Amino acid sequence: MADDALVEVRDLDMAFNVGKARARRTTLQVLRKLSFDVGRGETLGLVGESGSGKSTAGRILVGLFEPTGGSVKLFGRTITGPERKANLAAVRSRVQFVFQDPHAALNPRMRVGDSIAEPIDIAGAHTRRDRSHRVKELLEMVGLPRDAAERFPHEFSGGQRQRIVIARALALEPGFIVCDEPVSALDVSMQAQVVNLLMDLQTKFGIGYLFIAHDLAVVRAVAQRVAVIYAGSIVEIASKDALYEQPQHPYTQALLDAVPRPDPARVRGPVIGGEVPSLLAPPPGCRFHTRCPHAMPRCQVEEPRLRETAPGRQTACHLYETL
Amino acid sequence: MASPLVSIDDLTVQFRTDRGWANAVEGVSFDIAEGECVGVVGESGSGKSVTALSILRLHARGAARYSTGAISYAGRDLLQASERDLRRIRGRDIAMVFQDPMSSLNPVLTICDQISESLRLHQGMSRAAARKKAIELLDLVRIPDAARRVDEYPHRLSGGMRQRVMIAIAIACRPRLLIADEPTTALDVTIQAQILELLRDLRAELGMAVMLISHDLGVIAEFARRVIVMYAGRIVEDAPVDVLFQSPRHPYTEGLMASMPALDGGAARLYAIPGRIPDPDETIDGCRFGPRCAHSEPICRTAPPRLIAIADGHRLRCTPRTRAADLT
Repeated sequence: MADDALVEVRDLDMAFNVGKARARRTTLQVLRKLSFDVGRGETLGLVGESGSGKSTAGRILVGLFEPTGGSVKLFGRTITGPERKANLAAVRSRVQFVFQDPHAALNPRMRVGDSIAEPIDIAGAHTRRDRSHRVKELLEMVGLPRDAAERFPHEFSGGQRQRIVIARALALEPGFIVCDEPVSALDVSMQAQVVNLLMDLQTKFGIGYLFIAHDLAVVRAVAQRVAVIYAGSIVEIASKDALYEQPQHPYTQALLDAVPRPDPARVRGPVIGGEVPSLLAPPPGCRFHTRCPHAMPRCQVEEPRLRETAPGRQTACHLYETL
Repeated sequence: MASPLVSIDDLTVQFRTDRGWANAVEGVSFDIAEGECVGVVGESGSGKSVTALSILRLHARGAARYSTGAISYAGRDLLQASERDLRRIRGRDIAMVFQDPMSSLNPVLTICDQISESLRLHQGMSRAAARKKAIELLDLVRIPDAARRVDEYPHRLSGGMRQRVMIAIAIACRPRLLIADEPTTALDVTIQAQILELLRDLRAELGMAVMLISHDLGVIAEFARRVIVMYAGRIVEDAPVDVLFQSPRHPYTEGLMASMPALDGGAARLYAIPGRIPDPDETIDGCRFGPRCAHSEPICRTAPPRLIAIADGHRLRCTPRTRAADLT
């Protein structure tokens, strides 16, 4: 539904200039024609391997990068194009980011309470008592003791530090949070705690998440819909159950097959060969055709467009155009 | 039964901390048989890598010490062996592959130089013979266009290719034991599947034993025949892979399996083991998992549990559960 979309991304392009010497400078097309929505209180999982462009997409959504093409609307305001500055300023406090590495995301010389209060300080207008009251409230929300405010990041484990980062992200009551691999640096037993926390916060405050991850199992646990990205393009978008139970795109199928299962009796199918192509010299046609078991001559020349294959699901693959 | 290839007996490794020596690994005992495929699973601080590094005695002297125990290999105790003897074993009889292939490879040497090193050292090969062998090894680890790639530098290769090179170096002298410490953790999932398949094939082809260390139960389930579960420096459970995954007995093993999000659907909410992993220098009376355990009994807080065989090839460190197993 367009009217309750928190985030509307249309034909998003992102290219970086690389190479120092002028003669060798080229552009690296990192994202191509990305389109997706995130609804209020919804989690969209964005899954892909390294270099697929998933983190770049997340950074664009919080305003850290300006895209080279396409449009992004946050809370109904367009943060791309001529009104970027004004609109970004208007929505900035409602959009937050949780990074992968909680060690790097916290200033080691700042007390936890000050780190959490930093967004409040920047937004201004608060009394000292309100501030410390709010910090304690936030710590409670993420399941940390109130006295944590007086301590330093090194006194906490990785999982606890990620809770601190989440508390800081919640400080200004955001409506949308980009979580970029929020649990991949954590141990399995800590992962579950943080994932559950994120889901509880969503239920309580109706926050929308873009949940970026390479771990398909974690994404299945948190997302309602999932987008799979390969070499800068979305190859499939579907509701969680449809995507995991009946993946359409051969890449989604390969990705799911590749995940090791905790079941020693499972007989593994053939392993997909090859590697993600370099974005400096991407293959023509479908970017997956070099690894695809179903590749047809057409795939080498014509790039498939993302199109609806069933209500609420889209796939970019020639196989589904002939059907 | 034939004598084991490597036998670790009551190994305790201590690290120097601000507050004195802390046990990173305590009382670890297990055997690895010739050609066996053992998986060691645990979270950070469980002692799995510390144990592996001890086999080759790769801990920095001064920062770590082996306070008790013995590691026997070919009739020798590796903890007592001279540096000279160890150098002969490392890379020839026992080889290791680490998690991060970029920091394990030397960026200023070609692939050929790095594979040749152990061949020239251990097998006295000539430069030309070593180069020929290096190309063969690259073929063996399925690097396309090996004859050209052999002269390249590591930065030209992708993460998956670098890990293949690491494996080529490790198997160059046909070791009897390959220790792989999180060999696929830094890699993407499709590349991880390729590397695991490669390791599986090489093991079958070369008949070497493999000790695979991972935090990922999925990787362990696919690869190992037998699994050792470690928690806070101790072995808590040791069982054949199918037994462990069908009926885990230790509450920590159960918790670990339950907290793994399932790819094939299942519960909406993940099970989370409460609390956190203790620091090595933290004193906990009785069982080290006790404070996080849902099945803790008074006895768990008074006496540290012992690792006891409850069935053939199945050892468990849990006082209440061991007793229950005895009664049945």
